[in-house]
Amino acid sequence: MDKLLNLLCTNSQFSVAELSAMLGEPEDYIKAQIKEYEAKGIIKGYQAVVNWEDVEDSYVEALIELKVTPKKETGFDEMAQMCMAFDEVESVYLMAGVYDFALIVRGETMQDIAMFVAKKLSTIDGVLSTGTHFIMRRYKDRGMNLTDTDSKDERSLIL
Amino acid sequence: MIDYNRYLNSSIRSLSPSGIRKFFDIANEMENVISLSIGEPDFQTPWHIRDEGIRSLEKGKTWYSPNRGFADLLKEITNYYERRFSLTYNPSEQTLVTVGGSEAIDLAFRTLVEEGDEVIIPQPAFVCYNPLCVMAGGVPVNINTKNEDKFRLKAADLEAAITPKTKMLVLPFPNNPTGAIMERRDLEEIAEVVKRHDLMVLSDEIYCELTYGGRNHVSIASIDGMYERTVVINGFSKSYAMTGWRLGYALGPAPIISQMTKLHQYGIMSAPTTAQYAAIEALKNGDRDVKRMRDEYDMRRRLVVDSFNDMGLTCFEPLGAFYVFPCIQSTGLSSEEFCTRLIMEKHVAVVPGTAFGDCGEGFVRVSYSYSLKHLQVALARIREFLGELNHGSQAEGAC
Ligand SMILES: Cc1ncc(COP(=O)(O)O)c(C=O)c1O
Repeated sequence: MDKLLNLLCTNSQFSVAELSAMLGEPEDYIKAQIKEYEAKGIIKGYQAVVNWEDVEDSYVEALIELKVTPKKETGFDEMAQMCMAFDEVESVYLMAGVYDFALIVRGETMQDIAMFVAKKLSTIDGVLSTGTHFIMRRYKDRGMNLTDTDSKDERSLIL
Repeated sequence: MIDYNRYLNSSIRSLSPSGIRKFFDIANEMENVISLSIGEPDFQTPWHIRDEGIRSLEKGKTWYSPNRGFADLLKEITNYYERRFSLTYNPSEQTLVTVGGSEAIDLAFRTLVEEGDEVIIPQPAFVCYNPLCVMAGGVPVNINTKNEDKFRLKAADLEAAITPKTKMLVLPFPNNPTGAIMERRDLEEIAEVVKRHDLMVLSDEIYCELTYGGRNHVSIASIDGMYERTVVINGFSKSYAMTGWRLGYALGPAPIISQMTKLHQYGIMSAPTTAQYAAIEALKNGDRDVKRMRDEYDMRRRLVVDSFNDMGLTCFEPLGAFYVFPCIQSTGLSSEEFCTRLIMEKHVAVVPGTAFGDCGEGFVRVSYSYSLKHLQVALARIREFLGELNHGSQAEGAC
């Protein structure tokens, strides 16, 4: 696994100097490497991991299962494109298993999401069924602990 | 009122308590301390290893083990030394499972040292060797390793410390607290002296899996003519993040191991059973975990060394364990002053070099057994501290 990418995944705010020290590569090399990843679209962007629960209470996410009929020519891709086009949709995954797509959908209220699924998603041509699962609480997201139970250091011996 | 001093063994009474207790008392009482002082892995024992321990309990394996340890574990330990260091030991005669490397060190001293024997112990070093040597009746002869030698032991210094009473050399590499290692060439020079003076070696290899920069640990037992003169101490604490399981071992010539086993049999009976089941799993299937943790430590090590050098606290590149040992002489403070002020003013705890021998004066031990995030915060505070110190007066000093 690429160590630079791994480090950036844990914290995209490491400075070039820090990355250079940790990886034992010159700063110029690190800069060039990051540029290249960005240019090639391997690094798509940098985002904050936000604990929304502490920011606003009118924020809801749901995982939506979709069963669809793949299109003759374009298979699942066209269906994915249609789902991606909605602002409400955060993530679109093609799944192996009992359903075809998993979407993460975001809204201000449960009602928002219910309406979105009923009016926009399930009416797409080729959608056979939907299943909506509301996310009640996020404990861990993208490797980060979102609770305030950051484990205490229980080590006690110094020497 | 009983005068307990009348009953207490005079050797144990005269063992000096750690001279830096005052400092640790401050550290313990203070809140919001960011510590860089801990000497054990921050990783938890890998799950599959814990699981084997749990499974052994579920199966009701709650009895003593054989005195030497379970045969399967003895076999895995010897396989491991063969595989990693090309050293062949007989599991049933040359191997003993102990309660941590610590017990093995104690047994080795008590088995080999007689009243008045001199034992050469390089410093800075882990704190247990001198007291355990004294309790075995030995006389510790400390020699100082130096910054300019990257804290490696030099043959000339060893030679100079040898007297007709010298019986044994303690070889504590990879080293706690300096992070120094000994490479094959260094060991060959030491071995030459050891053989010429007919000494034994206690080689504490507990950090053998934590070496960096492509250097694999070399055991002095693998140097020509040293196998028969070396008692190897090792354990599971550092390599597999298993400190709390309390499991270690000794490998060496059968006549020595058999006497150590006798002592172990009377004093301890057998090492913890649950820990032994977990350790078998560690040796069988733990290589990937070892590599993962080593890679992670290595990244931290580079960050910390780079930061200290950048701050002006020069620091040789440590190639072992999980400590750096920066020189703080340029601040004009003593090690203890430096640590006390750093904790009082910035709430960051590091350990004065003097905790590991007088020659540690002018240095501090910084552990990087912490997450990158934790290290970043602590390093930023140390940088602030130095900035404020420089604003005051600046003393000249060089390492
Ligand atoms: C150099 C050295 N040897 C031995 C030990 C003892 O380890 P254990 O008894 O956990 O195996 C330690 C622990 O810190 C150490 O640093």
